[in-house]
Amino acid sequence: MTSTLNSPTRRRKKFTPRQRAALSRGVQYGILLVVAVIIALTADWQRISSNLFNVEVALRMLPQLPSAALNTIIYTLFAFALGLALGIILALMRLSSVALYRWIATLWIEFFRGIPALLVVFTVGFAVPIAFGVRIDSITAKAAIALGIVSSAYIAETIRAGIQAVPAGQIEAARSLGMSPTRTMLTVTLPQAFRIVLPPMTNELILLTKDTSLVYLLGLSASAYDLTKVGRDALNSGTGGLTGLFVVGAAYLCITIPLGFLARWLERRTGGGSR
Amino acid sequence: MNAVISMTNLRKSYGDLEVLSGIDLTVSPGEVVCLIGPSGSGKSTLLRCVNQLEQATSGTVTVLGQTIASDDHEPDIDIDDVRARVGMVFQQFNLFSHMTVLENCTIAQRKVLGRSKPDAERIAQENLERVGLGDRGDANPRQLSGGQQQRVAIARALSMDPQLMLFDEPTSALDPELVGDVLSVMRELAEQGMTMLVVTHEMAFARDVADRVLFMDGGVIVEEGPASQVISNPQEERTRQFLQRVLDPTHTPVAGKEHKDS
Repeated sequence: MTSTLNSPTRRRKKFTPRQRAALSRGVQYGILLVVAVIIALTADWQRISSNLFNVEVALRMLPQLPSAALNTIIYTLFAFALGLALGIILALMRLSSVALYRWIATLWIEFFRGIPALLVVFTVGFAVPIAFGVRIDSITAKAAIALGIVSSAYIAETIRAGIQAVPAGQIEAARSLGMSPTRTMLTVTLPQAFRIVLPPMTNELILLTKDTSLVYLLGLSASAYDLTKVGRDALNSGTGGLTGLFVVGAAYLCITIPLGFLARWLERRTGGGSR
Repeated sequence: MNAVISMTNLRKSYGDLEVLSGIDLTVSPGEVVCLIGPSGSGKSTLLRCVNQLEQATSGTVTVLGQTIASDDHEPDIDIDDVRARVGMVFQQFNLFSHMTVLENCTIAQRKVLGRSKPDAERIAQENLERVGLGDRGDANPRQLSGGQQQRVAIARALSMDPQLMLFDEPTSALDPELVGDVLSVMRELAEQGMTMLVVTHEMAFARDVADRVLFMDGGVIVEEGPASQVISNPQEERTRQFLQRVLDPTHTPVAGKEHKDS
């Protein structure tokens, strides 16, 4: 009896499980090493240092970066504020009992989610002033309106999903205590929905940060330059090749990576939504 | 005295499925009524019709003098006003997960009853002490055990000074050793004269605390009477079968299986 219990039901291969795991790790490291060696041998380091990572050109750009980064952040924040406000309204409209509101919101979301942000920036920058005879002087306002409208479409869907993910029991508990539907939405549903959508909302903010690169379409004075515009100018300056783009790329990462950390910290602090 | 709850010929259906098929029920002030019966018998639905978490399909429902459902006309009443006076405790506790224990107990007092923050906190604290959790006001719900969460849920409902308490299987989601804490809180509440309608599987609680026990099956009240009668000496065959399954589960005949000796 004991011998049949101990004998394996399937014929063992040459290696024990631990040996196979070690072998698998070894193969994976090996592939990584081979790829790194191939890249190192085939790349032309001379040209890379003069055209892609030209230190001299990068240093020359450095003084422009702080104000450009600040502008990028300002455009992002204003656009996000507008996008969030519009997004909440649209999400509530999509869940409204009035059919007309649902249709309007769905139309808005499908439209602005479906067309390139570039078109919206153009429209706000040039078509709207012609159509309505209004002049918006502030670049920040124009950027916030255009990008806010675009992001509102995405944010609305995220928030709607968040609202619908709040457990029904939470809403029943609020209603059974005598809270009206509106009071329940404000006191229980929305605060919990925001916790649930914190991770995807960080994505929206990061996408928006990168979308601010479109503001150059509005025609910028030097003081209004964002990071991408600085990069484009460096690109056109004749020396250093693509270095400018890599420098602003790094600058974008300096903004977006801390956002990721902030979001993870907030998530931990709020305990990540309801049970 | 006027009845706290009075239902006449209450029916509730979901599409073709009739869950409640004509319920007549009266609960007097201070009475503790337990609803027992197999799952799917409609007892939770009946309970939820009292504060209109479920809307009756037909029949009349009067709660605390307010007719909230009626056949003649659709009553345009302020259901929130009725709900503010009817406490409800759920199987899954449903504490607000983004608020502390104390906030859970004060939020409705402030937003619904318009009490000031100090008043609300004082009343919440009194009720937390009543359920034995006076020192846990700052805790988050998820830091508490199930039994503690359910007692907070009871304190939250009591903080509204309800005239009627509804319990929907309050101990069914609890680990066995935590059931007792919740049941003793409920017993004290009953002894202090609270009017209670309780859906439960705890036969010991029903026997010891209830003034009246209703056995439901298939959307109707099959048998009702004093606990001593319905639980200890049931008259109906269906009641007897159900009680045997609940009280002596290891000797229950398995449906569809031939049993040799019994």
